[in-house]
Amino acid sequence: MIGLLSKLQRRTPLGWLQLSHHRSRLLVALSGIAFADVLIFMQLGFQNALYDSNTRLNRALLADIVLISPQSRNMQNLATFSRRRLFQAADVPGVKSATAMYIGLVTWKNPQTRRKTSMQAIGLNPEQPALDIPEVNQQLEQIKLPDDFIFDRASRGEYAEAIKQVDTGKAVTTEIDRLTITISGVFPLGASFGADGTLISSEDNFLRLFPRRRPGSIDLGLIKLQPGYDQKQAIADLKFHLPDDIKVLTKQEFVKFEEDYWKTESPIGFIFSLGVSMGFIVGVIIVYQVLSTDVNAHIKEYATFKAMGYRNFYLLGVIFEEAIILAVLGFIPGFVIPLGIYKLAVNATNLPIYMTAARALTVLSLTIIMCMLSGTIATQKLQSADPADMF
Amino acid sequence: MMPVISVKNLDHYFGTGQLRKQVLFNINLEINTGEIIIMTGPSGSGKTTLLTLVGGLRAAQSGSLQVLEEEICGVNQKKLTEVRRNNGYIFQAHNLHGSLTAIQNVRMGLELHSNISPKEMLTRSQAMLEIVGLGHRVNYYPDSLSGGQKQRVAIARALVSQPKIVLADEPTAALDKQSGRDVVEIMQRLAKEQGCTILLVTHDNRILDIADRIIYMEDGHLISDSHSEQNDLAVNLG
Repeated sequence: MIGLLSKLQRRTPLGWLQLSHHRSRLLVALSGIAFADVLIFMQLGFQNALYDSNTRLNRALLADIVLISPQSRNMQNLATFSRRRLFQAADVPGVKSATAMYIGLVTWKNPQTRRKTSMQAIGLNPEQPALDIPEVNQQLEQIKLPDDFIFDRASRGEYAEAIKQVDTGKAVTTEIDRLTITISGVFPLGASFGADGTLISSEDNFLRLFPRRRPGSIDLGLIKLQPGYDQKQAIADLKFHLPDDIKVLTKQEFVKFEEDYWKTESPIGFIFSLGVSMGFIVGVIIVYQVLSTDVNAHIKEYATFKAMGYRNFYLLGVIFEEAIILAVLGFIPGFVIPLGIYKLAVNATNLPIYMTAARALTVLSLTIIMCMLSGTIATQKLQSADPADMF
Repeated sequence: MMPVISVKNLDHYFGTGQLRKQVLFNINLEINTGEIIIMTGPSGSGKTTLLTLVGGLRAAQSGSLQVLEEEICGVNQKKLTEVRRNNGYIFQAHNLHGSLTAIQNVRMGLELHSNISPKEMLTRSQAMLEIVGLGHRVNYYPDSLSGGQKQRVAIARALVSQPKIVLADEPTAALDKQSGRDVVEIMQRLAKEQGCTILLVTHDNRILDIADRIIYMEDGHLISDSHSEQNDLAVNLG
């Protein structure tokens, strides 16, 4: 270690000196890297925002453990299972409560435009808060009334007028199939890829929307444990106690289950990964251009060093020194600029776009790899630095 | 006393297959420590090729080539690279690094020798630049120096590590009469002080007088060697 340090001390920082001597070329390289980083950050930011918005409902569930059918694919594609499983779950030690939730898609008439559009409908037990949304829990009494629903104010579509009306206290009516419903309140949730908007009401009101469904078939089982009870133990017990036709997940696992669906079943994962790859390739190409131009510009000097007795390895070291310096310096604007763009994007799209430390670390690593890769390709040029040609 | 450079039956070829051309024919040469040798002759005579072979910049193909009592004909690239560290090189184009100052350039000549500390590298580089008359320009970049000054920095770089052999190819070609003269006089003085051997290839008639020996080559053959001529003369007269 000391040997390495002292070796580095004796070494002339040739890479840095070469880069800093040509200001304009350095700036071009740094802009190129920053550009590539901005591309990658934006792709990852948007991707994350989409996964975030698609798991919002999952994350809002007030449950420690979630029961679903093994056939369920995601929140909008849930297969039903028997309510009996809930009663069985309630018997397991450590379980404080086991509540049902119904979820389905309906076609309703937009109360404002009167045009038909699809909506997510949720039926929950008004006696038990199932969602971590205060506005929903404050309106659990009124959804007991027949055909009374509350509406997601952050739904996608033209609803501004209708929401204003509800806010002033006047109810809004509309139709779902041949049923007339009343919207008596609003709550904030947010649109996702799966659902443009959400309506919440009691289990009874929900079942009236779906006359062909049996009340005994539910979509989600929400299980709350006694405070402080060992979660792992409870899960093991539930898995043991319940038959194989039911899946037992922690809330975390349920969120991941939704995320995985969007990662694999939708084009989101592919499209944004493609975007990230493109950004990466752009970066490699730009840095390669800079490094190879740099090597070409210094071929005579390098050949001279070889004549003096410097090994090829030394010159490779110079190129990699340049690659690392470019990576680190280029990352700085490449990190700061996206922070600003994220803010702009949030304002424009209403999506939850934000920076995370993990993402910053990922992009820094990618930047370093990008520059090392370019450096490796650029070293091919070194072969032509022949000391014998100097004479 | 072993000669510092000993060339025996050296042949050299360029190209392969149909295009193979012999450029050096049966060269035999012995050079002793401290001699200043000038190699001269028309273009294409092979003098530069011989210089690159002796300097380990090119791999010798056939014959024997002993430098500092080590045979370098047939050794691998790695060994050749090591051998080069014992030599100092001065090129026609100074080949200084444009992004390094004069003192940084000279320091590069010492970096390869791991027994010298960073502090010592700087003091020796400084001293060397003073010897060549550029003590006041140590922090200048090459593009702020004149041709003669650049060549002097190159000499400082070549000689700072006190090499046993100095190889120079047309060091005065790009310089005017006075600068050229200064340059070779510095080389001569330093060589005498450090006891190193100088091999100089040149067309420049103005500097032939600094040499102990003049070797004339033509078409890849060693035509005449003033050393042996002097010896013959001495024998004939003596």
